[in-house]
Amino acid sequence: MSGFAKPLKIALGLAVIAALIIVPMNFNRYGLFILSQWAVMSIAAMGLNLTLGYAGQVSLAQGAFVGIGAYAAAIMTTHGWPLPAAILVAIALSFAIGWVLGYPALRVQHHYLAFVTLAFSTLAFLVFRNESWLTGGIYGISNIPRPHILGLATNKPLPFYYVCLGSLAIASLAVWWLIRSPWGRAFMALRENPLRAQSLGVDTRRYTLMAFAIGSALGGVAGALYAPLTQYIDPVPFNLSLSLDLLMMVIVGGAGFYFGPFLGAMIAVLLPEWLRFTEGYYLMLYAVAVMLLLIWSPTGILGILDRYLAERRTKAASALRAVAKSRLETVQ
Amino acid sequence: MSNLFDLLVAGLATGAIYALVAVGFTLLWQTSQTINFAQGEFVMLPAFLMLAAMHVGAPFWLAIILGILLSMILLGLAFKLLLVDPMMRHGVLPLAIATMALAIGIKEAVKQFFSAEASPFPSIVPTGDISILGHAVSLQSLGVLVVAILAVLGLTTLLNRTSLGHQMQAAAQNPTVARIIGVPVERMILLTFLINAFLVALASLLITPIYLAKFSSGEVLGQAAFIAAIVGGFNQVRGAIAGGLLIGVLDNLAATYVSTQYRAAVPMIFLIAVILFRPQGLLGRAEERTV
Repeated sequence: MSGFAKPLKIALGLAVIAALIIVPMNFNRYGLFILSQWAVMSIAAMGLNLTLGYAGQVSLAQGAFVGIGAYAAAIMTTHGWPLPAAILVAIALSFAIGWVLGYPALRVQHHYLAFVTLAFSTLAFLVFRNESWLTGGIYGISNIPRPHILGLATNKPLPFYYVCLGSLAIASLAVWWLIRSPWGRAFMALRENPLRAQSLGVDTRRYTLMAFAIGSALGGVAGALYAPLTQYIDPVPFNLSLSLDLLMMVIVGGAGFYFGPFLGAMIAVLLPEWLRFTEGYYLMLYAVAVMLLLIWSPTGILGILDRYLAERRTKAASALRAVAKSRLETVQ
Repeated sequence: MSNLFDLLVAGLATGAIYALVAVGFTLLWQTSQTINFAQGEFVMLPAFLMLAAMHVGAPFWLAIILGILLSMILLGLAFKLLLVDPMMRHGVLPLAIATMALAIGIKEAVKQFFSAEASPFPSIVPTGDISILGHAVSLQSLGVLVVAILAVLGLTTLLNRTSLGHQMQAAAQNPTVARIIGVPVERMILLTFLINAFLVALASLLITPIYLAKFSSGEVLGQAAFIAAIVGGFNQVRGAIAGGLLIGVLDNLAATYVSTQYRAAVPMIFLIAVILFRPQGLLGRAEERTV
């Protein structure tokens, strides 16, 4: 993205934020629900992007952490706790479980790691479904209240959309700060060359666990917002396919790009809705679109942009060189 | 005792089907580093192709042949040419994600063009029981076991005893050297995709009479095959066979002796244990780590 001038980038960012605040004001209930869902899934995908895109650890369990966060929030808020407390618990719980799940990553890599996390995902789903004393089993938990923020009720769709958007903003800032901190650089070192990172004194063990734990914690936050968004949860949305969807969002958007998860979540949440007019065919078309995109650009949407900018830069540089060379020749 | 015997036979029968699917899965991994997340859907689809052929009036035997041929064209040739070839050089992950999308596509296509309901599927083996050592054993389980064993024997003979098989192994183990000594690597890779398509079509033929033809049945099957492949050893055909049989038996025993609720958890916990303590799989070789 470094091809744009900085003021232009800031203006673009502000315009997008303003649009996200102003445009939905006259959306109907369903449109707001979809947009809120986009914000929530962006948070979860951002967490996975940290684990996968920056630290290079494949996880097929992000959906399980969304589930853990959602159940934590649902159980606590239906028992009278405020949502912010529930979010903190969801973060702590997902962070701790994510840390533990990171241990296999110390022993195995790549596809093996993917399958350990896949197994964890299935186990988490079974616990949600079977431990009905805690989770309500297949009947789920209903009447999940929406929070009061600074004394304002957010029961209506629009205020709650702003809660989701605000949470997304906070999470984005936190991740922005994190990937620019020494930790973020250590994560990338882990992805690029773990052995070299280790030989340079990066504690790869700690950072691998950290990458898992922080990514999972963001999944927990997303879940804790998902529960009051739908106001009813059961185990089905948190099965393996959510983890696969989140992974798809990260790759389609562009793994390792800061804005990748936002775009990926947009495609995964909004594209099927836009294709609804095709009725039964919409998921099929969505699948074909994802495959075509990946064939065209395996590094996702932002990969296309990245390549285009890189090409333009090389062209500009070679043009400059040609000019400089001809000048040199005229001088001689 | 009689109960345990029945469980073992039923477990071996489903396990043999898992083994077929898992073998195909490892073949694709070995020759082209494809992690096929659509493998379960690959098993689900051929049954519908056969049903479609019967729907337009083909007798069952012809439907089977047409189904297997169509599977080899769609799930072997087209899959390799249209999806795997353009993506292979970009690493494991984008391709794996593309197969996830493919899984969604196949599932939705079947739901849309065939039916969202489960359809019955004729069995190639007559129903009924025969008596072995004083136990009643269902002919269906026995037939499945025999067909699967024959298929696996045929495949291992092909891989280990014939020049073609040796060329395929060479292409998988070291494509560069294989190319230098004149092995047509590309053709060998295509061959493994065709073999995989044949194996999943066979598995489809064997398992669908038991579990009915349904668009969503690929999820469970695909997962069982993954687990079997990993438990047995991701880089070994015989590992995948052992893994398949083991998971089939384990699954059946867990359903009876653990709890129906947590039945699915047993193979998962087993998988985690294997990966943590013996990541190369029970029969696999450790993969070299390179800097």
